[in-house]
Amino acid sequence: MTRRLRIDPRNLPILVTLGLFIVMFGLGSIAFTNFFSLQNFLNLFINNAYLIILGVGMTFVIISGGIDLSVGSMLALSTMVSASLVEKSHLSPLIVIPLVLLMGVAFGVFMGYLIQTFNIPPFIVTLAGLYLARGLCYVVSIDTIAFTDPFYRAVAGLRIPVFGENFVSPNAVIAIIIVIAGLFMSRFTKFGRTVFAIGGNEQSAVLMGLPVARTKISIYAFSGFCSALAGIVFTFFTLSGYALDGKGMELDAIATVVIGGTLLTGGAGNIFGTLLGVLVYGTIQVLIVFQGTLNSWWTRIVIGFLVFVFVLMQRIFETARASAAKKSTPAQSKKVSPAESTAP
Amino acid sequence: MTFAKRSELQNRILWSLVALALLLLFNLFFTPHFFKIEIKEGHFYGNVIDILKNGAPIMLLAIGMTLVIATRGIDISVGSVVAISAGAVAILLGGDLAGNPKYPIVVAMGAALLVSTAAGMWNGMLVSRIGMQPIIATLILFVAGRGIAMVFTNAMVIWLYVKPFALLGQGYVFGLPFSIYIVAFVLIVTGLITRRTSLGLFIEAVGINPKAARLSGINSKNILFWVYTFSGLCAGIAGLIVCSTVMSADGNNAGNLYELDAILAVVLGGTSLNGGKFSLIGSMIGALIIQTLTTTIYAFNVPPEISQVVKALVVYAVCLMQSDEFRSRVAGLFGKKAVAT
Repeated sequence: MTRRLRIDPRNLPILVTLGLFIVMFGLGSIAFTNFFSLQNFLNLFINNAYLIILGVGMTFVIISGGIDLSVGSMLALSTMVSASLVEKSHLSPLIVIPLVLLMGVAFGVFMGYLIQTFNIPPFIVTLAGLYLARGLCYVVSIDTIAFTDPFYRAVAGLRIPVFGENFVSPNAVIAIIIVIAGLFMSRFTKFGRTVFAIGGNEQSAVLMGLPVARTKISIYAFSGFCSALAGIVFTFFTLSGYALDGKGMELDAIATVVIGGTLLTGGAGNIFGTLLGVLVYGTIQVLIVFQGTLNSWWTRIVIGFLVFVFVLMQRIFETARASAAKKSTPAQSKKVSPAESTAP
Repeated sequence: MTFAKRSELQNRILWSLVALALLLLFNLFFTPHFFKIEIKEGHFYGNVIDILKNGAPIMLLAIGMTLVIATRGIDISVGSVVAISAGAVAILLGGDLAGNPKYPIVVAMGAALLVSTAAGMWNGMLVSRIGMQPIIATLILFVAGRGIAMVFTNAMVIWLYVKPFALLGQGYVFGLPFSIYIVAFVLIVTGLITRRTSLGLFIEAVGINPKAARLSGINSKNILFWVYTFSGLCAGIAGLIVCSTVMSADGNNAGNLYELDAILAVVLGGTSLNGGKFSLIGSMIGALIIQTLTTTIYAFNVPPEISQVVKALVVYAVCLMQSDEFRSRVAGLFGKKAVAT
């Protein structure tokens, strides 16, 4: 008797993403010389560290069935506030960084509270949050503020060697730590399981006695924390604060989460998939740079297209699963979660 | 009681009218010459005329958005579609310094509207046929749309010198800005189609309960499809006006943040984000509130970027007012008195 290789269907989207990444990286290696190198792979982490961090926060939000559109603006606000406090108020970075992180958490708690307590759709609360944070950036300053602080310059210039001549930046290390922390939180903590339960069926989660209200607010607080941290990482990367930083980055973050196989309807997802999603995103950018003649705006179009393909794939999986479920358990009604209630 | 009870929607419109009145009253006292209207070269000039003129694109977007929101949907791609439309018309007219259009103006405008309608159809197809959540479906164009506009214009700002095209955004007819007539035309046509036929009722039915609507014989899928298509067309017209007003197309900034303004206008106008009953007139009042707010902020020499903060706070306030939980809490604060509502 032959046994076929069985793949857990839950891991299928991640395998698709992994395959996509390998194919893209492989194509790049064949088409361009100097493309295939460990350093080029590590650069994906260095150049997209902020996106990885945003993606981890966003994954939790989307698994819970919500959405957070404010992350890009929050990143910008975080760069602006750090820059202003360090360069204009001459505070020590050791005070400024915790302060900025706290601000991110507070902003997330505020939005989570509105969403949870007053039952306002997450997308409208966070969309208003997007404009609020962006507007506050301009309140801080309209101009770019460059960092001259020695601490920031030192961190930005730091290179941590890996395998001989290759290196990573502290940003990449922070991003990896956040990914590991996210994986741990989603797999091995009560919080993580509650997030999945809320995304699966919020009503059931409440009936099971899970702390839904507290968890939902915590999810947005964590996303706010991640956005603020991404902003700090971004300042290490660009050594400046600018009110237009991270414009449209919320979509990049959502795109990477979707490409990473997290269901937009909530209830299923994977932090590791999001990391792969960012790597795919980064590879597209590098490919367009290597190609040379294409406008960098093509990245946007390709990402939009990939999101379309992956959401389409999710729909097909869902319909297949729904028809399978219909056969096994008749008349199973599903409560509409807040994120879904926006769907007709 | 002798007089009929007002519906919730009428109540909300009344509140938005009160808000607009308060805003205008504030300007009457604190902004000098706010209501002054002068006649120069046969045209009316003044802040009030400016509000109508500058508010035209948002009003157009709000008309399309009202129908989308009535079906319990949302279209966040409208800002990008404005950029696409502006980019398309600019590229077809060409940046010829002598002002000779590359293609006839009508052809260029028609093509731009066609492209934006196609963008709307794309959204409509994703929502109605594939069954995506509206926010995600329109998110795709929100991301890719600006990319498409930038590819159209080759990531450059295209300046136009074709004189007749300026009529759309800058011209005056019978002393009033031409764009006002466009808004009025689209509003009247949409109003007639939705209120003199059963289409408006169908749209509301889809928003209240799509399943019940389908079971009662309404083709929900087609309604959804055409609603998004119409929103794309409205965004296209708005794009033409935006492009004509500044006589340039900037793929990066044209229509930037318009989606929030349009959604805000609809919500301020009393149409609930949960779909159902809608009011086009309400949305127009909402758009006027936003434009008046913007003009007021300008009048006080506050950097325009900061107006986003004010708008965001207004969104929060409106959402809270519409939230049952919030109202019951407030009612709880005032004891039994408000329970009756």
